[in-house]
Amino acid sequence: MIERIPQLITYGILSGGVYGLLAMGLSLQYGVCRVLNITHGEFVMLGAMLTYALTISLEMNPFLAAAITGPLMFGLGFLLQTTLFRSLKARAPSPAAFEGSALLLAFGLLYVIKYLAQMRWGGASLAAYYLTDKVTFLGMTLFLNQIVAFAAAVALGTAVYVFLTRSRLGRAIRATAEDPATAGLMGVNTNMILALSFGLGGLLAGVAGTVVSTKETISSGMGFNTTVIALIVVALGGLGSVPGSFVGGIIIGIVSMLVVGLWEPVLVVPVYYAILMVLLLARPAGILGKK
Amino acid sequence: MDITGFMSGQRKLLIAGSIVLLLVFIATFPLYGGVYNTRVLTSMLMYVVLAVSWAMFSGPTGYMSLAPAAFFGIGIYTMALLQNELPFPVIIAVGGLLAFALALLVGLVTLRLKGIYFAIFTFGLVVFMSEMVYYVEARLGQIRGRDVIPLDAQMLLYTMLGVAVATLLAAYFIRRSRYGLALLSIGANEEAAAHMGVNTTMIKVILFAVSAIFMGAAGVVTAPALMWVDNRIAFSTFYSFLPILMAVFGGMGQLHGPVIGAAVLGYLDKTLRVQLQVYFMLAFGIILVLVILFLPNGIVGLVPMLQERLRRLTARLRKGGEAEPHANT
Repeated sequence: MIERIPQLITYGILSGGVYGLLAMGLSLQYGVCRVLNITHGEFVMLGAMLTYALTISLEMNPFLAAAITGPLMFGLGFLLQTTLFRSLKARAPSPAAFEGSALLLAFGLLYVIKYLAQMRWGGASLAAYYLTDKVTFLGMTLFLNQIVAFAAAVALGTAVYVFLTRSRLGRAIRATAEDPATAGLMGVNTNMILALSFGLGGLLAGVAGTVVSTKETISSGMGFNTTVIALIVVALGGLGSVPGSFVGGIIIGIVSMLVVGLWEPVLVVPVYYAILMVLLLARPAGILGKK
Repeated sequence: MDITGFMSGQRKLLIAGSIVLLLVFIATFPLYGGVYNTRVLTSMLMYVVLAVSWAMFSGPTGYMSLAPAAFFGIGIYTMALLQNELPFPVIIAVGGLLAFALALLVGLVTLRLKGIYFAIFTFGLVVFMSEMVYYVEARLGQIRGRDVIPLDAQMLLYTMLGVAVATLLAAYFIRRSRYGLALLSIGANEEAAAHMGVNTTMIKVILFAVSAIFMGAAGVVTAPALMWVDNRIAFSTFYSFLPILMAVFGGMGQLHGPVIGAAVLGYLDKTLRVQLQVYFMLAFGIILVLVILFLPNGIVGLVPMLQERLRRLTARLRKGGEAEPHANT
């Protein structure tokens, strides 16, 4: 039992990177657009299912498929923000009222996307594992797809972080997140920034879906639990913080692997809740969140 | 003015009369409706309880609870566990109290923070409850699911009617009390409410927990109609989605909004869901999106909106379209 712990922790870190990627898009969408996008998991599902469809019908490399599904999800997110959420925001009496109604709107969209997908693909679990070769590392057996998934997640996370902190557009996004009114007065086209941020969140979710599909079974019903994980990771790491998403993701990854491996797979979600509860009592802003 | 006083008196009489008629209709329904339709009516009343109790807290505050199903499921399981131990009315009370306790816990952890944490926490609460029950039942107890002895449909209808009336009375009096005003002030501007001396956290926690009582009670009364329950049936996200949809569809701003929403969509749910399944859920998702975008006050809000349009139209016609109507016309 004890000798499995290093292996479980390694597995946890590797899958935690993907959780970080899952949470990053959600965190960005809330941080900039003030929409707690609970359809996020459905975007991940769409990314995964489209990747599966492309790899089966065109025998495409899944990571190449991400080059198609990613932009598609970007477009969907962009469209949702420019049509639905923007007009909702224009009519909301206060920012708090907008957050509430945007949450309900996302709740409706969740069911629309989920059942459209179920009509198209049915409810069966599908497996499109990719790169299943074993790799031995420090005496531990790892799978190549775990390592590639982690590397892809970290690379994307770093790219987004650098984009947000170093580029002009990234600075405009952060300014809009901080204070949309002032950012608008400084010449930032805030509507465009909101749409881009929401689209970027969608893109990250779509690519996360591709990454997940290479190593786990997928189905049209996977979205809900994915959203639960992403929400908990975001709350853990701190809303709106990119590095926080990865810290939260890796903690949740390690914990879930230890619970699954040493204790009881059914208790994964209850343990997440226990962690979340302790965190909300002790440090509500999240581990790396601003007070 | 005299006329408005007379009008409002007449209006009150009209409302009281229609409520009495409705109660008589429901009470006598089993005599001519048949067992199947009695069950449909019971299910509609169940949705009335869920939608009204959801709107009781989330409507005025804007704190969106995504977990009515967690409290409803507690009621279902309370009935499944205690059906042979205690009399039915006592089980209803126990189910309500257990739901109250869970809501109190959730509220104490999340409601002192920003609304976003409340939404995050409640989103997965149904999954949490379901997995916990599965663990205790299947892993520790080696059983999967439980039978619930069916009870007389007529008796269940009357019990659900009682729960629904209690829910509506509670919602009515909370709205009129200073707690209702406090909730509204929290929704309008929480910081200002706190500065005015409203103990916002306490009010939120208590009223959220009170609203959960009715969900738990509805679960207890619903359980016998299910005949067999397991963690997935009792804690289904479906029961979170529908009450929210119904309350929003009907209109959260007024007491009768969620009632109408629950009656209309609850009837459709009971009659169409089995045949249409996926299309049905898709349609419900689309309805929720459309209502939030175009009918922020629900279908109840449609009536004053149309009245206003009609009044403007007639005013314009009367003046021959030459002048814009004044604010007081």
